[in-house]
Amino acid sequence: MSDKVKITVVDRRDFLLGASGIAALAAFLPLGAKPAGAAAWQDAMKQAIGDATPVEGKVNLGLPEIAENGNTVPFSVDVDSPMTDGDYVKAVHVFATGNPRPQVVTFNFTPSSGKASARSRMRLGKTQDVIAVAQMSDGKVYMGRRSVKVTIGGCGG
Amino acid sequence: MAKPRVKAPKKAKAGEVVQIKTLISHKMETGLRKDKKTGKKIPKKIIESFVAKYAGKEVFSANLATAISANPYIAFYVKVDGPGDLEMTWKEDTGKTWTAKKSIAVG
Repeated sequence: MSDKVKITVVDRRDFLLGASGIAALAAFLPLGAKPAGAAAWQDAMKQAIGDATPVEGKVNLGLPEIAENGNTVPFSVDVDSPMTDGDYVKAVHVFATGNPRPQVVTFNFTPSSGKASARSRMRLGKTQDVIAVAQMSDGKVYMGRRSVKVTIGGCGG
Repeated sequence: MAKPRVKAPKKAKAGEVVQIKTLISHKMETGLRKDKKTGKKIPKKIIESFVAKYAGKEVFSANLATAISANPYIAFYVKVDGPGDLEMTWKEDTGKTWTAKKSIAVG
């Protein structure tokens, strides 16, 4: 009995190793072939925030779980901040990772905004993740993420 | 074509944070759509920026991209420290601008 168990374990490990190898290769190939393609939103984010690494948290991105019409998807961003002269949110950038052009909007706040909160409506081409990145006055960068299922896409057509 | 609409309270308490809702009718043409008859791409034409000033000071602004829906709706907050005028400007990528003004009293 123990022999049998051993064999299945080895088999599974071999399978997993092989699978992960293929997955790694698959992930590498499109990157090499088309560097801008898959990571367009990451390029856009880099342009907006430079080399800063966003930390998950503080940013609440409000979006419907399922958007029936991708042409107009209501969204809200709220950032946890006291919004005083010494500690406030400077900007929030919103990216739609699956859109042909990932930039959605940049909201610029000041301490006179009172609340780091804004709402608008966006177009989503397909089911995807939406990311909001907040730049604080002290240089820290926070990030929030939401995935949205889109029934009818809202780009071009 | 584009006419801005703004919903703001007429009166607020000193120090109160109030919500302002704005809407401007605009197609927000992405530049990705094709004219169905000619097959040619319809050139991009969007509202690219929105700026709100209260009592002469900038309080909020937004840079819009093509992924913002037609008839852009923007809602934001303003801290009312004293009475003043809320002045808002929308700018199209052609350079054309639209403005709206709302006065907020304190009491």
